[in-house]
Amino acid sequence: MTNHWVDIKNANLILIMGGNAAEAHPCGFKWVTEAKAHNKARLIVVDPRFTRSAAVADYYVPLRAGSDIAFLGGVINYLLTHDKIQHEYVKAYTDVSFLVRADYTFEDGVFSGYNEAKRKYEKDTWMYEMGADGYVKTDPTLANPRCVFNMMKAHYSRYTPEVVSGITGTPKEQFLKVCEMIADTAAPDRTMTIMYALGWTQHSVGSQMIRTAAMIQLLLGNIGMAGGGMNALRGHSNIQGLTDLGLLSELLPGYLSLPGEKETDYKAYIEKRSYKPLRPGQFSYWQNYAKFHVSLMKAWYGAAAHKDNNYAFEYLPKLDKMHDMLQVFEDMHQGKMNGYFCQGFNPLAASPCKAKIGRALSKLKYLVTIDPLATETAAFWQNHGEYNDVDPAKIQTEVFRLPSTCFAEEDGSLVNSGRWLQWHWKGAEPPGEAKADTEIVAGIFVRLRELYRKEGGAFPDPILNLTWNYAIPSAPSSEQIAREISGKALADLEDPKDKTKVLRKAGEQLDGFGQLTDDGKTSCGCWLYAGSWSEKGNLMARRDNSDPSGLGNTLNWAYSWPANRRIMYNRASCDPSGKPWDPKRKLIGWDGAKWGGADVPDLKADSPPADGMNPFIMNPEGVARLFAVNKMGDGPFPEHYEPFESPLEANPLHPKNPKAKNSPAARVFKDDLDQFGDAKEFPYVATTYRLTEHFHFWTKHTRLGAIMQPEQFVEIGEDLAKMKNIASGDRVRVRSIRGFIKAVAVVTKRIRTLEVQGKKVYTVGIPIHWGFQGVAKNGFIANTLTPSVGDANTQTPEFKAFLVTIDKL
Amino acid sequence: MALQSLDITARSATTTPSPGVRETEKVAKLIDVSKCIGCKACQVACMEWNDLRDEIGTNHGVYDNPLDLTDKSWTVMRFSEVEVEKDKLEWLIRKDGCMHCADPGCLKACPAPGAIVQYSNGIVDFHEENCIGCGYCITGCPFNVPRISKKDSKAYKCTLCSDRVGVGQEPACVKTCPTGALVFGSKEDMIQHAEERIVDLKSRGYANAGLYDPPGVGGTHVMYVLQHADQPQIYSGLPKDPHISLLVELWKGVLKPIMSLGLGLVALTGFLHYVTMGPSETPEDANEHQHGR
Repeated sequence: MTNHWVDIKNANLILIMGGNAAEAHPCGFKWVTEAKAHNKARLIVVDPRFTRSAAVADYYVPLRAGSDIAFLGGVINYLLTHDKIQHEYVKAYTDVSFLVRADYTFEDGVFSGYNEAKRKYEKDTWMYEMGADGYVKTDPTLANPRCVFNMMKAHYSRYTPEVVSGITGTPKEQFLKVCEMIADTAAPDRTMTIMYALGWTQHSVGSQMIRTAAMIQLLLGNIGMAGGGMNALRGHSNIQGLTDLGLLSELLPGYLSLPGEKETDYKAYIEKRSYKPLRPGQFSYWQNYAKFHVSLMKAWYGAAAHKDNNYAFEYLPKLDKMHDMLQVFEDMHQGKMNGYFCQGFNPLAASPCKAKIGRALSKLKYLVTIDPLATETAAFWQNHGEYNDVDPAKIQTEVFRLPSTCFAEEDGSLVNSGRWLQWHWKGAEPPGEAKADTEIVAGIFVRLRELYRKEGGAFPDPILNLTWNYAIPSAPSSEQIAREISGKALADLEDPKDKTKVLRKAGEQLDGFGQLTDDGKTSCGCWLYAGSWSEKGNLMARRDNSDPSGLGNTLNWAYSWPANRRIMYNRASCDPSGKPWDPKRKLIGWDGAKWGGADVPDLKADSPPADGMNPFIMNPEGVARLFAVNKMGDGPFPEHYEPFESPLEANPLHPKNPKAKNSPAARVFKDDLDQFGDAKEFPYVATTYRLTEHFHFWTKHTRLGAIMQPEQFVEIGEDLAKMKNIASGDRVRVRSIRGFIKAVAVVTKRIRTLEVQGKKVYTVGIPIHWGFQGVAKNGFIANTLTPSVGDANTQTPEFKAFLVTIDKL
Repeated sequence: MALQSLDITARSATTTPSPGVRETEKVAKLIDVSKCIGCKACQVACMEWNDLRDEIGTNHGVYDNPLDLTDKSWTVMRFSEVEVEKDKLEWLIRKDGCMHCADPGCLKACPAPGAIVQYSNGIVDFHEENCIGCGYCITGCPFNVPRISKKDSKAYKCTLCSDRVGVGQEPACVKTCPTGALVFGSKEDMIQHAEERIVDLKSRGYANAGLYDPPGVGGTHVMYVLQHADQPQIYSGLPKDPHISLLVELWKGVLKPIMSLGLGLVALTGFLHYVTMGPSETPEDANEHQHGR
């Protein structure tokens, strides 16, 4: 979230799209009811299904699963054609006036630089036009047809209400009503918050759906504002922490990135990431990349990382390609992997195309699962009849199950969707032989290190030199790890403003990432978390909810990254002269000497407004990008593409270009290409989702959860039910090209038949929670049905839009 | 779960007066249907607080689960899909359970002395140790709430967490409700809170928003804010104008002159119940034992 849960109460309008907060985030949803009850906020829900969120919405409109960019692109077109944008904000804080390179093109659904064989774009042309001074050329009058504003306007001019309605199935009047409500928040004292989740990410164009929404928020001046923002609702209590700490294959902690396999030169690696400002006077905070990187390497390798060995740069793996979930199982499926450690993860249930995952796991020599529960993955080799129809005699994989603790059985911190690091305390002793994940992994490490010490190996240094100075090496405490991540001074740190003063003595915890250095004097396991455990103690454990501004920022409650800031880009809540757009919701202000207020200012705190330092300090432009330059894999402007399994023959925007039917840059493995179903055989659009009563594949292991929602079901609308002679409570079989599930049918008015390109589109809703382990009634794994295709940026699979057929049993 | 006897104002099938020196504030739980997302956290909290676990059932083609109130599910969410206006679907989700009537039909109908009591704060509670399992409370209830256990042939229903309320806490369901759809306090405060909610709902186009506090049963200590207070029946059959069944009123009328025989009658009923139902514990226990394995 750019903002945070409590801040939702400040919104005037709430758009829930690409998510179902009431269903999947019922506790956080309280802030939506708060906004409605005490801020007269209105709630819009846009979803293929009338959801629990829709049940308490002021306005609900349906759309076809996978057509969100068409809808949102239509909103952009509406805002531009009706001149409903926050002009001052857009001019000052976005790249509208920037000129785009002359050789950037977009022709019939494909951007310039497309390499069809590789399904990838060469992105050189997706760039601004640069001046001789090294800065981007701009046209503040916005007259130049190549400025971002006009390029954007032209791009979305195709997304007329008629076109939108024809693609999404949303009735035109209803679409326009949503546009009107959204446009109303272009006023400087009105804000909209957008709440989304996996309903956007789990598409082959998921990242671009989110980007389109972010563009709307920028045009309305709703980013950086209290009650505004782009708010991703995380699906696990600590999934924010997972990405922050770099558990994705291409990342290092704090969104630093691993070097690629060609990046063997340390200086070039650092320089490439230390973006120089693209406009005069801009902060371009990534210029500090080396400080973050060196401090990380010092945390990991201590004295073994020093200037002469480029801070152990050679210890870092050099990435050949992303090794995301889909890639790993593709490699495993090809027999390229011997062993797999599966920690807190149930891929047989959670990954697309269960059959492929099962085959892949069968090719391993060994599988280690570290989990509090007996997962389907750990039992993938067992025959459970129709639910898991395998022959154990033919599976040679040896499975080790290491029972781990649940979060309530250990101390530690969780990072919530709003970026708050919140410490929690053990509530119960773990059962049986369960051990904390840290103890399990540390135990393995310590033994492996011993083997390396004794036997050597190809490259033992990164293992042998790893800093591991925990009190109990085989069981590091959460406190020690948290201190290490937050960071400390390795030598006395001088105050750069007054060299006679020492900011922090050697050995002391740091106050924040502002103290990190690139000369090896500081160590910090994740620069974004720097200061979370300072000399003041564990700030994540703070529980003071006093809220002097009334805006809910509670600066003394837990710790919010970065720098305890609650609302990112909050400089944008003020006009260029430093006055808040909305005095009633004043986040920060300039007092003549520095920035301050109800939040930690998101810019150089002593930079006067007259200096023109802009709010988006992580961008070298200083402003937000409506034109994404080369940052996205599938285009600088989001474009609607059909899901890989679509009920349509072609992309209605590019009916004659088969290359542009689906995202040209989404990743598909060769062996998955023939695993896409056709609308003739599989005519109905399916989408998968969660229910309030359950959490993923966990709570079917608890009796109370199982009582609340005991048995697998699928949802269909009344028209499809009539056609297929299905009544509520009947058992049905849902089939895709990849397999089938059987479930109880819930026939509902909440799923409507949509009119798309002159044909009727029926939706089948498939809750995900069942499997063949636990106390709920056994069921089929929903991901038996789903396709294996990844978004061009995140490689997240397309769980939200695919094709099935359904029959009564 | 009993409060102190000083707080009991009415007892079933009893003629001696109840203690009257202490007065407590009337309480109420307000269920704001317009804020409810049907998450069922209240159902879970109810079972957790009361140490009950219902059966793991089946899906009946609806979201409701368990499908109905039982001796172990004292509250359930009832989901209904309605179109009050054409093409404007509403998913009305009502938390069902005991309404804690000011004029409780169950208490009136109950022939077992002290099996049903009413506290001065308004809560109507079953004292199962006195229950004879006759089921008259069900006949007496205009909301069809009490359920007889097959295991012990006693009637069960929501206690409004009288044990928690008695020590100054809110009911477990209210405590757990994530959206504030459930609130608890003095009846007066709850009526005022409801009025504010109704103003808000009217501003959102619900012209008939209103409070459900039906006078036919003397008002209730569980009240609803409804978007369509003129049509309570669309909320999974919430009665429009609930009254205690005529049968119960008649029965009470006949019973009154022979109230002196009350005790004897109860003893007889109890005896008959024993004769007809028998000591049913053994096979049930055996069953449970098997489940336990």
